[in-house]
Amino acid sequence: MESLIPVPPPIRRLPLEQTPPAREAAPVGVGEKDGNGAQPASGGFTAARRSIGAPQFSIRRMEIDAVSVSYSDREAVKSVSLPVRQGEVLSLIGPSGCGKTTLLRSLNRLTELTRTATLTGRILLDDVDIRLIEPTLLRRRVTMVFQQPNPFPMSVFDNIAYVLREQGSRRVRKKTLEPKVHSALQRAGLFEEVKDNLDHPALRLSGGQQQRLCIARALAAEPEVLLLDEPCSALDPQSTQVIEDLIVKLRDDVAVVIVTHNLQQAYRIADHVAFMYLGELVEYSSATALFNSPREQRTKEYVSGAFG
Amino acid sequence: MDSSVATPAAQTPPAAPPQQPQQSGRGAVEGSATWQLSDRIGLAVCWALGLLFCAIAVAIAVYLFLQGIKYLKPSMLVTPAAGGFTQSESGGFSDAFIGTLIVAVMGISLALPAGVGIAVWLVEYGRPAALARITESTIESIAGIPSIVLALFGTVIFSSTALGFLSRTSEGVVFGRSFFAAAAMLSLVALPLVVASTREGLNAIPQHVREASYAVGKTKIATVRRILLPTARPQVATGAMLGLGRIIGDTAIIVVLLGATQNFAPVGGTFPLNYLRGAGTTLTNFVYEASPTGNLNQPQKAYAAAFVLLLMVLALNAAVDIVHRRARKAGTWSH
Repeated sequence: MESLIPVPPPIRRLPLEQTPPAREAAPVGVGEKDGNGAQPASGGFTAARRSIGAPQFSIRRMEIDAVSVSYSDREAVKSVSLPVRQGEVLSLIGPSGCGKTTLLRSLNRLTELTRTATLTGRILLDDVDIRLIEPTLLRRRVTMVFQQPNPFPMSVFDNIAYVLREQGSRRVRKKTLEPKVHSALQRAGLFEEVKDNLDHPALRLSGGQQQRLCIARALAAEPEVLLLDEPCSALDPQSTQVIEDLIVKLRDDVAVVIVTHNLQQAYRIADHVAFMYLGELVEYSSATALFNSPREQRTKEYVSGAFG
Repeated sequence: MDSSVATPAAQTPPAAPPQQPQQSGRGAVEGSATWQLSDRIGLAVCWALGLLFCAIAVAIAVYLFLQGIKYLKPSMLVTPAAGGFTQSESGGFSDAFIGTLIVAVMGISLALPAGVGIAVWLVEYGRPAALARITESTIESIAGIPSIVLALFGTVIFSSTALGFLSRTSEGVVFGRSFFAAAAMLSLVALPLVVASTREGLNAIPQHVREASYAVGKTKIATVRRILLPTARPQVATGAMLGLGRIIGDTAIIVVLLGATQNFAPVGGTFPLNYLRGAGTTLTNFVYEASPTGNLNQPQKAYAAAFVLLLMVLALNAAVDIVHRRARKAGTWSH
């Protein structure tokens, strides 16, 4: 029975207690010049940060190393280097078409589905080049939530169970999967709302619930990195807040990378922010530093709403 | 818009206060009162044509219902056709009824898997692109071939010695007419409908839903089996039902490739195979033969058989409706 459940990839998650509370030293990378710079707040961004405080710890899980992605002859991402750390939320911001979604999709090799896309540079997951990892295994370790809530047209339970079962198999029985389905829903903060309606069609949930189901689905694979592509852009403010709280809660267990158009959102939930413009990484630093004292002129103009 | 067109308000007598609620009733969307004359004539023609076709459909259904109820006796469905001079002597059309069911089941069980497979390949794989284009246009041209031409082609194939095991063979000559032969060619009639409808269903699924499945480590084939095909089920069912309708409605292939006897003509062999390798008939062929132009000339039974055919088609429509309604209950993506 146990053998029918897909064997989860070896979990390299480090337990919370053993990690030093100090922030990791600034890694190498183009934008990284002051990783630890928690400058005093000044300037336009006075909105409250989530009451999360600084991350308790952070461990580098992924390393984006001089990655460029081109579609046919158009270069969408130009030699970007970034660290992705567990224990904190990394937010990619920038105007439409700046390559942030492309960069996000290249982290679990979804760009390969686009035939014309070519990638140069290296992306490492725990020091292993992701091109050496079988794509289906990689995508279970690096899962993704999309802009549009897109639960599968089946029951709430089956949405999660589909992820837990091996490929197209239906052999593992519902009873066996129940604990795992419940825990995935609990981690996504959805369990209390749907526990009596697990067999209801998932597409009948509200938009916010659907998106949390998608997060639960992404978490059910026990990922090490969670990618979110503008997860709140189709949602109302209340659902957005619930999901933001959730994302912040998740950062200790998984490395979270979120693409957002919403600067306030990036400011509220991100620990580090990367500003991209026309495919280039313009600036990468802590959220407070980037919003309150940007080093680059383009960053300053963007975060103050001059363009984009 | 065009002030030269008389508005209804101008035509009605001036002392007509109840005009107001009428306007707010329909005019909330857009009244045709402001339209140009040519547009209003066009609208009137559309209305008239719509009503005309409704009337024709209703007339056919009602007439066949009345005739069918008058002439159809349950015994006809269990009594085989027999030789006789009067309508009371010539038996029923049980062989034709069962024959219709046989070709329907055999035809669709060939066309459905093949059609769904082709559609999945075209939409989800479709490489090399040139092969996909050729496949597409081949399927389209099959849809355009008259079934009598398919039937004629079928005689060539199924009279070949290699396929002799599918029909009656005597002294090395292959008869080439059997349920196998007819069902194979009828499946070609249904195939384009299954392919087109399934493709439509698959194309309607947003790309990000596929990606959501890939993004949790699912392979393409698992996504097709567990997400895409279940989602496209209503359209697959529609294609299958349309295909079934074409199969049970086809006459040319039955006449040419099923032998058009009025009874089963089993060939030697084990039970189901002896019938399937032999000649037979279907309801459409029976209706044709029993109509005043046919050899049997027993119009009352033609009406009865046509009524049964109509009921089968209506049942198919109802089945499609149920599948669609169930799918609507499951909801869809919000855009």
